[in-house]
Amino acid sequence: MGIHRGHKARPLEWVAEKLIFAISLSAILMVFLIFLFVAREAWPIFTGSMNSAAIQPVLQASDTAKLKPEVLQSYLGLTKAGFTAMDRESIQALMEVRQAAMDELPASVRSDKDANLNTVSWKYLIQPHQWTGYDKPEYIWQPISTINKYNIIPLVIGSIKASLVALAFSVPLALGAAIYVSQLARPALKEWLKPAIEMLAGIPSVVVGSFAYIFLATVLQKFLGYESRLNALLAGVALGFAIIPVVFSIAEDALTSVPRAYTQAALALGASKWKAAWQIGLPAAIPGVFAAVVLGFGRAIGETMIVLLASGNASIVSWSVFDSTRTMTATIAAEMAEAVFGGNHYRILFLIGALLFVVTFFSNLAGDLIIHRLKAKMEGKV
Amino acid sequence: MKMKTMTIGILLAALILAGAPRAVAGTVTAKGSDTMVILAQKWAEVYMQKSTGTKIQVTGGGSGTGFAALQNQTCDLANASRKIKANEIGSYIKAFGKRPTEYKVAMDGLSVYVSAENTVKELSLDQLDQVFSGRIKNWKELGGTDAPITVYSRENSSGTYEFFKEHVLKGKDFASSAQTMPGTAAVLQAVAKDKNGIGYGGAAYGAGAKHLAVKKDDSTPAIEPTEEAVVGGTYPISRFLFIYLNPALDKGEIAGYLTWIRSDEGQKLVKDVGYFPLPKNLRQ
Amino acid sequence: MTPASPASINAGSANGFRSASFDYTSYFFTGITGLAVALILTMLFVLLGTILANGWPSLSWRFITANPQKDFFEPASAGVLPMIVGTSVRVILMTIFVIPVGVITAIYLTEYAHASSLSTRVIRGAVNNLAGVPSIVFGLFGAGFFVHFVGKSMDGFIYGAAGTKVWGQECLLWASMTLAVMTLPVVIVATEESLRAILPGLREASLALGATKLQTIVRIVVPQALPGIMTGGILAVGRAAGEVAPILFTGAAYYMADLPKSLSNQFMDLGYHVFILSTQSPDIEKTRTTLYATVLVLLLLTFALNFVAVLIRSKIRRQMRAAH
Repeated sequence: MGIHRGHKARPLEWVAEKLIFAISLSAILMVFLIFLFVAREAWPIFTGSMNSAAIQPVLQASDTAKLKPEVLQSYLGLTKAGFTAMDRESIQALMEVRQAAMDELPASVRSDKDANLNTVSWKYLIQPHQWTGYDKPEYIWQPISTINKYNIIPLVIGSIKASLVALAFSVPLALGAAIYVSQLARPALKEWLKPAIEMLAGIPSVVVGSFAYIFLATVLQKFLGYESRLNALLAGVALGFAIIPVVFSIAEDALTSVPRAYTQAALALGASKWKAAWQIGLPAAIPGVFAAVVLGFGRAIGETMIVLLASGNASIVSWSVFDSTRTMTATIAAEMAEAVFGGNHYRILFLIGALLFVVTFFSNLAGDLIIHRLKAKMEGKV
Repeated sequence: MKMKTMTIGILLAALILAGAPRAVAGTVTAKGSDTMVILAQKWAEVYMQKSTGTKIQVTGGGSGTGFAALQNQTCDLANASRKIKANEIGSYIKAFGKRPTEYKVAMDGLSVYVSAENTVKELSLDQLDQVFSGRIKNWKELGGTDAPITVYSRENSSGTYEFFKEHVLKGKDFASSAQTMPGTAAVLQAVAKDKNGIGYGGAAYGAGAKHLAVKKDDSTPAIEPTEEAVVGGTYPISRFLFIYLNPALDKGEIAGYLTWIRSDEGQKLVKDVGYFPLPKNLRQ
Repeated sequence: MTPASPASINAGSANGFRSASFDYTSYFFTGITGLAVALILTMLFVLLGTILANGWPSLSWRFITANPQKDFFEPASAGVLPMIVGTSVRVILMTIFVIPVGVITAIYLTEYAHASSLSTRVIRGAVNNLAGVPSIVFGLFGAGFFVHFVGKSMDGFIYGAAGTKVWGQECLLWASMTLAVMTLPVVIVATEESLRAILPGLREASLALGATKLQTIVRIVVPQALPGIMTGGILAVGRAAGEVAPILFTGAAYYMADLPKSLSNQFMDLGYHVFILSTQSPDIEKTRTTLYATVLVLLLLTFALNFVAVLIRSKIRRQMRAAH
């Protein structure tokens, strides 16, 4: 606030002030840490230091005694301290396990042309590849397989598809409601309509998810008669429960922040309430509405429990809304618990997390900038 | 303010200190497979009533979580619905210099579910393979009505998924179009509501869907997933459930508990929770 | 009349506004937007109605206070006490972590920083961004940062390199901290709002009487803003109580026989339990009533909290309006 004159500051005061400033930076620190630690776990994928090939070089366990310690240490993936702490028997046992793991590989894998591919390299993460047993080059997400396939394209498409359906369903509704509540409704009605709609935001997403999956799925299928009970359409509609309040709130705010004088002038000139809203209120608030859509998209693409329960989670590349779809968020939620810590699958899941972070970061940034500009403009003009 | 900050500081410190581990003598902790949680809890309860003084604590989290906890010494017994993997043994050896001990503690049959309305009654392993890997796409090819097959599978993090993939699909990939459900109940719910659906899961699960009889190959008879068939080994898709532990701990009360689990008394409880007891020759 | 396109209307063409004696388009579009409102409300009522109708009959005192010792899928033995305890404890801990940081940040933003300075803009941007980070990313962050980085370092520090694992695993503490990071923006925004609602005259009076700036803040500003800070806390709790994704890898347990005894224990959670009931039950039809009852408990908890927050907030706003 603008008041800076007061009693002469004491040393303690100075310290407290600095402390307050330092703590106030924690939000920045957290955003930074989130990115840092999510990206950190995914980093070996970026640098290409992971190798996920099904066939790994094997040193014979019977040769353990002949091998140099440095060779053994790096082969077994041990730290220097860890290696020196181990006795000979343990190392021998470890060698045997490594060898047995390779010996157990069925002949079909051994002769597989894909067995030596490093499937976590970028080429296989984003480009289609003709895997053994498939008819044509395809984008395949099969992270637990004899040849693990980590193509993230089906998940990216799935996330975008579910979010777009959600937007297509909820933006018209939320926008219509925002226009009605901010411009057309009587003040008394507005008083309780607004909190009622915003109440949707208070419903936990796991509740919406199980409601969609047990109740809504059956109802929608009965009405529309599509094949797959759980699909992108259902996921999108269920996501609507979560993003309608977001889009509504922001759009309603934007519409309300349009100076009263604008619409009142129109009304005075003989325009109907509706015309004043549609031709004066809405155009003035368009950037805010756009921001609402962008932020709604960010919310939709980041929503987890709803899509995990309602989307059917099939990792197919398809733009049909009646097909089941697998999103990035649901994939992380479903697969993380069993992924081996520090393994390929684990790192790919963090990579997807980092991607989600970046996407939502920029959609938030864009949304905020638009709202900020709009506010400045509105305030400047009054 | 200073007082408040101090109070909060002291409170926090107290909270952190309260979190320090207290070694409780006689507490056995079991962790792992969510599939086995209810079973393990049942065992623990009955055993605690029988032999007072032993305290057993059970937590879920997944088979992999159990293995990790075993290796970190945050649990004594790891419940697992799948066999331990080579790299998990590897990291275990790195921690202890030994392999963990493995006990088979129960059996589970995997049923193939279809809608109650479906006319197909039995399928061979080969047909199942083709359906779940996406090469057979219509019920017509299996002697049913002319309708596309909707395949329901489990999340790839589940032991059930891996077992089915290994033993029915022979390691091949599931069809990409297979919908993956976050639990056997979810598969069952989907199949019950979808007249063209097919899914798989524990034989103990059941309400709402029909369990198919499964043929090993075309020359053998189709077998229903009943108890005798699963325990006797004639039903072709059955698996063991395991408990792993540090061999150094396999003595005293823990060994007693494990022996009891694999005795007739312990095995009787297995059926109550919907799994199948071990064949006689594997019991204690 | 033909509806004029928005582009054709500018300040000069006032004629475009003149409406016919009875404006059908106006009624039509008012109807359409009204319909949107009605549809959203229908969605809300169908959702709440279904849950209430199915959950209410199986909601009993026994259900709320029972520990499901045997089988939580079985309606006769199902109970949600450990989940209510787990969820409550994690949100209370979260509040302890998030309120001080959130309030101090808000104090900095309103009392110290210049509205247009770079630091304010960056902090505000970060707060907005934090609010938009997907909940599952918070889960990953919690696992990567709190569990595997902070927790493991703590263990190394306390128990030595080869020592036991206490903090380097999923537990109550890390789940609460993850949620605290997630709800930080909620607390900051609510507190800021209430700080701004305080009359500048109060601050000026305090300063004029010789109080230092810090004294003014601690003795005058913060007590005045207390209801707002509480609202922030309650809103944060309401948001966090139903979240599942952030605690999936940071502390929630599928099943635990006992209540958590220490911050390093895992816990059972209402929201996660809803997920388990709807996907893992051996007999969905039988579990359905239990599922709806659990959902109802969770909803009642979050709605009650949100409702209290809304009440306090509207009271503050009324006071503010009266004061200005």
